[in-house]
Amino acid sequence: MRTIEQTTQEILELATKQFKVAAGSLAADDDFYKKLGIDSLQALEMLSRLENHFRIELPDYEVQGVSDFKTLAQRIQARL
Amino acid sequence: MLDLKKYSSVGEALRDALETWPTEVCLIESDRGEEKQRLTYRNFKDKALPLARSLQDLGIGPGDRVAIIMTNQSKWLISAYAVFFCGATLVPLDFKLKPEEQWQLLKHSGAKVLITEYGIWRQLCVSPARAAAAAVKTVLVTEAPDDADLFGAERWENVKGANPPAFVPQKRQDVACIVYSSGTGGTPKGCMMTHENYLEQCVALTSLYPFWPGVRYLSILPTNHAIDFMVGFFGPFTCGAAVVHLRTLRPEYVREAFPKYEITYVSLVPLVLKNLQKGLQARFDALPESKRKAFEAVRGINRALTKDRPRLWLSRKLLSEVHAAFGGKLEAIIVGGAFTEPQTLQFFYDLGIPVANGYGLTEAGTAVTVNDLKPFRADTVGKPLPGMEVQIRNSDNDGIGEVTVRSKTVMAGYLNEPELTAETIVDGWLRTGDMGRFDSTGHLQLFGRKKNMIVTEEGKNVYAEDVEQAFEGLKVKEFCVFAANFIWPQRAMVNEKLLLVIHLEHGEAFTPELKSEISARNAWLTNYKRVHGLVIYQEDFPLTASLKIKRNELAQRLSALDREQSILPI
Repeated sequence: MRTIEQTTQEILELATKQFKVAAGSLAADDDFYKKLGIDSLQALEMLSRLENHFRIELPDYEVQGVSDFKTLAQRIQARL
Repeated sequence: MLDLKKYSSVGEALRDALETWPTEVCLIESDRGEEKQRLTYRNFKDKALPLARSLQDLGIGPGDRVAIIMTNQSKWLISAYAVFFCGATLVPLDFKLKPEEQWQLLKHSGAKVLITEYGIWRQLCVSPARAAAAAVKTVLVTEAPDDADLFGAERWENVKGANPPAFVPQKRQDVACIVYSSGTGGTPKGCMMTHENYLEQCVALTSLYPFWPGVRYLSILPTNHAIDFMVGFFGPFTCGAAVVHLRTLRPEYVREAFPKYEITYVSLVPLVLKNLQKGLQARFDALPESKRKAFEAVRGINRALTKDRPRLWLSRKLLSEVHAAFGGKLEAIIVGGAFTEPQTLQFFYDLGIPVANGYGLTEAGTAVTVNDLKPFRADTVGKPLPGMEVQIRNSDNDGIGEVTVRSKTVMAGYLNEPELTAETIVDGWLRTGDMGRFDSTGHLQLFGRKKNMIVTEEGKNVYAEDVEQAFEGLKVKEFCVFAANFIWPQRAMVNEKLLLVIHLEHGEAFTPELKSEISARNAWLTNYKRVHGLVIYQEDFPLTASLKIKRNELAQRLSALDREQSILPI
């Protein structure tokens, strides 16, 4: 079982790759809409990738209002 | 289609619809590509009536309000019908709001019953704001796991009255729904929509974009939104059509749903439409050069042959691959909620996919104008719908003035806000606050807003005053939030942004600490409500005798500043 820190790190790495930002430039507290400059649709695409990676299903309501990596990691961790 | 002129209420029309097409499919529900449920109109009735009975057993009837906070799904519509059957008023709330915002609106609406999903309820019930909405006595929760703690709620699936319910008639002027057009954080704007509003709007819209048994409408916009309530529930149901719900709204499942269910209509907000455009354009660009040239030639032929009006059968033949990706049965994409850029509309029209754009607002009962495509005019928002009187007031030398609307679809007023209602509906005319003019062919063109608000590409209305709460207590002398275009009018409806204007305490400097405090508070706001820039104003704000900021006057003063130079990034 992953720790919350590992989950967070994996999310950051996946987002770094998906949105082609500099390695190490993302942090857990970052607002991903702002930091990545993405819209709500791109955020949904990121969720789909995270679901595939962690082999979980995240219902839409679980991620409503979530905009930072840390909270996202907590929601994912709860489903691992 | 039912003859809606003869009905007095939404519930009465829906009741007849369920009897008229008992064996037609009315709802299809799919999750992650897998079909979970398919209901006929008879199945729908069989599920709704026991719920209506139990609502009546709870004492719910005319004058009572029942709120729904749910994602788009069959139980939303079933619950809504049960509420109308009882003669009660429906309060559809946005499931995307934060729990504290939802409780605030529940309190304002005076709802006695809340119907919601377990996942949403789990977040709602732990919110400290719950205490404020003491009037909510009963909570019905759908899809709770067997061993779940319901925190005082009851299972929707188990709520079944023993006896048949009695249908409670309503008059046309009675309030069918209270729809919040905005207002969390500021003055809640609960639009009281009458039964007549919905009946008349449905007649007007279906005269241009008809539904019939066999039509499949893909429901993506939230059903609490006026557009989806009309074209994703009331419209199709009164015509015997079917609504398709996707429980997980991800781009890949939406794409898959078009061919799988041979979708006839879909409503989208401009953001999603632009995303579709981007995806299609990327695919066209990736074609080998010879194929791309051939495609461009065919697209040009289609453009020429559909100049006067759409010819769907022809476009489907000419551009068969594009149309196959949309299922081959798509009649039109309805776009609403916010202004759509003409080039996006033209892109789809050139592919033979009509985009029904228009202009509307909840207060006017959804749509005021719609493009009738005869011919297609990407540069306008169409002509007024039948039954809509639209006038431009106080126009300038260019003919641009405030759009005002008079129609049987205009709301009864704002709940508990008589003064705001009196300012908004004057002598029977709804003052929209939007600026526009008619061209020589009677098409409406829009040129910005009079109101201190923005509408995002996701179709969200955000009033500047409503986000100020997030900055309360900031260590500045005074602050105010403005829509940038309210200060510096742009005669445009795109790229609208909010700005935070601050006036520092005398002798204080703008420190990095203050900047990060502003950023942190801004991040607390839901993403579409955030301010995009900061203006540091050096003078005292003009105030009223009761020390309220004179916003119009302040905006006037700020307009003397250079827009580009004054706005600092947050």
